[in-house]
Amino acid sequence: MNNYIWLIPVLPLAGFIINGLGRNSLSKGVIGFLGSFLILISFGISLGLFLQVKSTGVPINVTLFDWFVVGNIKFPFAFLIDQLSCLMLLIITGVGFLIHLYSVGYMKDDAGFGKFFSYLNLFVFFMLLLVMGSNYLIMFIGWEGVGLCSYLLIGFWYTNPDYADAAKKAFIMNRVGDLGFIIGIFLLISFFGSTNFADIFPNAGTAKYANAPLTLITILLFVGAVGKSAQLPLFTWLPDAMAGPTPVSALIHAATMVTAGVYMIARSNILFTLAPDTLHVVAIVGLATAVLGALIALTQTDIKKVLAYSTVSQLGYMFLGLGVGAYTGAFFHVLTHAFFKALLFLGAGSVIHAVSGEQDMRKMGGLKGKLKITFITMLIGTLAISGIPPFAGFFSKDEILAHVFTQSPAMYTIGVITAMFTSFYMFRMLYLTFYGKFRGTHEQEHHLHESPATITIPLIILAVLSTIGGFIGVPESLGGHHWLEHFLSPVFERSAAILTAAPSADQTEWILMGISVAGALAALGYAYTKYVKNSDMPVADTEERPALVDISYHKFYIDELYDTMIRKPLDTLSVFFYNVIDKLGIDGIVNGLGKGSIEASKGLRLLQTGNVGFYIFMMVVGIISILLCIVIK
Amino acid sequence: METLNHNIQAIPLNHYILLCSIIFSIGVIGVLIRRNAIVIFMSVELMLNSVNLLLTAFSVYRGDATGQVFVFFIMALAAAEVAVGLAIIVMIYRNTNSIDINVLNRLKW
Repeated sequence: MNNYIWLIPVLPLAGFIINGLGRNSLSKGVIGFLGSFLILISFGISLGLFLQVKSTGVPINVTLFDWFVVGNIKFPFAFLIDQLSCLMLLIITGVGFLIHLYSVGYMKDDAGFGKFFSYLNLFVFFMLLLVMGSNYLIMFIGWEGVGLCSYLLIGFWYTNPDYADAAKKAFIMNRVGDLGFIIGIFLLISFFGSTNFADIFPNAGTAKYANAPLTLITILLFVGAVGKSAQLPLFTWLPDAMAGPTPVSALIHAATMVTAGVYMIARSNILFTLAPDTLHVVAIVGLATAVLGALIALTQTDIKKVLAYSTVSQLGYMFLGLGVGAYTGAFFHVLTHAFFKALLFLGAGSVIHAVSGEQDMRKMGGLKGKLKITFITMLIGTLAISGIPPFAGFFSKDEILAHVFTQSPAMYTIGVITAMFTSFYMFRMLYLTFYGKFRGTHEQEHHLHESPATITIPLIILAVLSTIGGFIGVPESLGGHHWLEHFLSPVFERSAAILTAAPSADQTEWILMGISVAGALAALGYAYTKYVKNSDMPVADTEERPALVDISYHKFYIDELYDTMIRKPLDTLSVFFYNVIDKLGIDGIVNGLGKGSIEASKGLRLLQTGNVGFYIFMMVVGIISILLCIVIK
Repeated sequence: METLNHNIQAIPLNHYILLCSIIFSIGVIGVLIRRNAIVIFMSVELMLNSVNLLLTAFSVYRGDATGQVFVFFIMALAAAEVAVGLAIIVMIYRNTNSIDINVLNRLKW
């Protein structure tokens, strides 16, 4: 099996090349089949690797070739398949395959079908590099590559300037984070003399490398994660990224790419564990993002924006988990979130597909009867994200919250309240979309239809996964074995030894679970009375809103804040540079040189009188002066 | 040959240098103040030959024939130069009916 590891990333790359070159000549059927099938093969190989790692428990190291050598530092092109990365491989190729399949149906009328699939395959390639790399350099290639694909796919319908702007915004905000990440890597190289995980992690914290500034390094790595995973203060690109086609939102901006930051920190867990200050920062940023995302999601009316802010909020949860040292819990949430958030996005796509491209929930409603499969699967996804047992989200979110409780009950309280918000806005979305009466135009109502099988099959599979996915991590207090924790324990071994969190008693855990489930159910009930019984409706944009709702609806004016604080001063500065430095300074020097030589020659050419006698005289003067020079010297 | 060399060496070198400088200066002044192209040309030849003379004198004083060989080359070159120069003067005359160099004031921008 180890001989085929290189095929996992190479197959999507081949798909990218073939689909990219044949985007105009191949038929849509061929492109769709090729794009999806190659991912399926990768999934098959990943599954084989997973089974191997599961049975042997030994990580697989494959060095493809030595990439380059600088001084004493070698940079091998090598892959590391351990418990962490093989689970990520399964998510990326598995969920990726389902989303490719879905795209075949969703994008079938789009003129850029071939382009779309080639980008999507390229994304999968880079994402696989990111998780498979056995050193930070390979990870960084993947990291940048997924950023590029995210940019390409957000701006997929680039003829709309808003979408193109959203793409640029995502790319630029990611750059800010990437800068932190790459400086972090440089620091790792300068202190550990390597980027290989195998050289860094076992040595971190040992006496020989005691002078490595781990807090600084981890903060910088975290800055990278903040950019990629849309945490405060760099989260505003993610909601705008919904400009891309819905499968892209599902794959890149919910299931895989945005969790890269969580993966990276989980991968570097020992560094973070040895830098407790960074962990506090991670926890606080995570919690703040979770709260802020949830607060904004409460009042959004665009179905994809609700999901986008919910993604921001859930990512905040993951970082909160990482910050309190619940690495398994955070990763568990990555796993379940990939299932239910991909499901919700794809469901939203199916809804948007049915109502002819409408995304405003105020113009939906009553779709329950028309879109049966979409409704049931989205209901499952909503139950899962709201943390209602026995759906997947319950187990992962509760594990994080239980860990948070042992560290700080105050943070736990905020976390539970956020979970209630989550439940509220998710059911609000569900009720507004599927209950009540249809509020769109007659024409749209006429067109309402369930989506084709390529769309519903991925929905059903993801719904099943969202239902049963949580059972891989049933906590011991509920009589489970927490298979995931045992499986991942080799990866987090050293961290776990350092972070000896006192396990809370079973009763405490039951109470905690009871609280969060009760909270979620209460929020569900409130949403039901508000939106189904009283048919309350978010007001139109022209009407006045209560102040708090208005702040939330306008996303706390954070975009506007960044606009005034960063964009406008930068604009002013560039106008200044353009007008003063460039036009007056640089252009002035260049033009001045030209003008100067013209003026000087105008004067000098008068010396040429045309009089031969004068020329001869000057010649003699010249010769004599040369002679004089020689003599005097 | 020996006697010739002896006779030449009987006159001090300073005299030769002085004579050549005078001839050269006459040539320079001629070039500068005369307007007739042919006279200017003659003055140029004067300068050239004053240098030839000096070369020969040094050559004899140092007992080294190289200088004299060199002079032969200069003479051959000068002959060619004269041919070209005179041809130019002929052309100037044909075009302007004059060999006054002040008429030639069009060699400018």
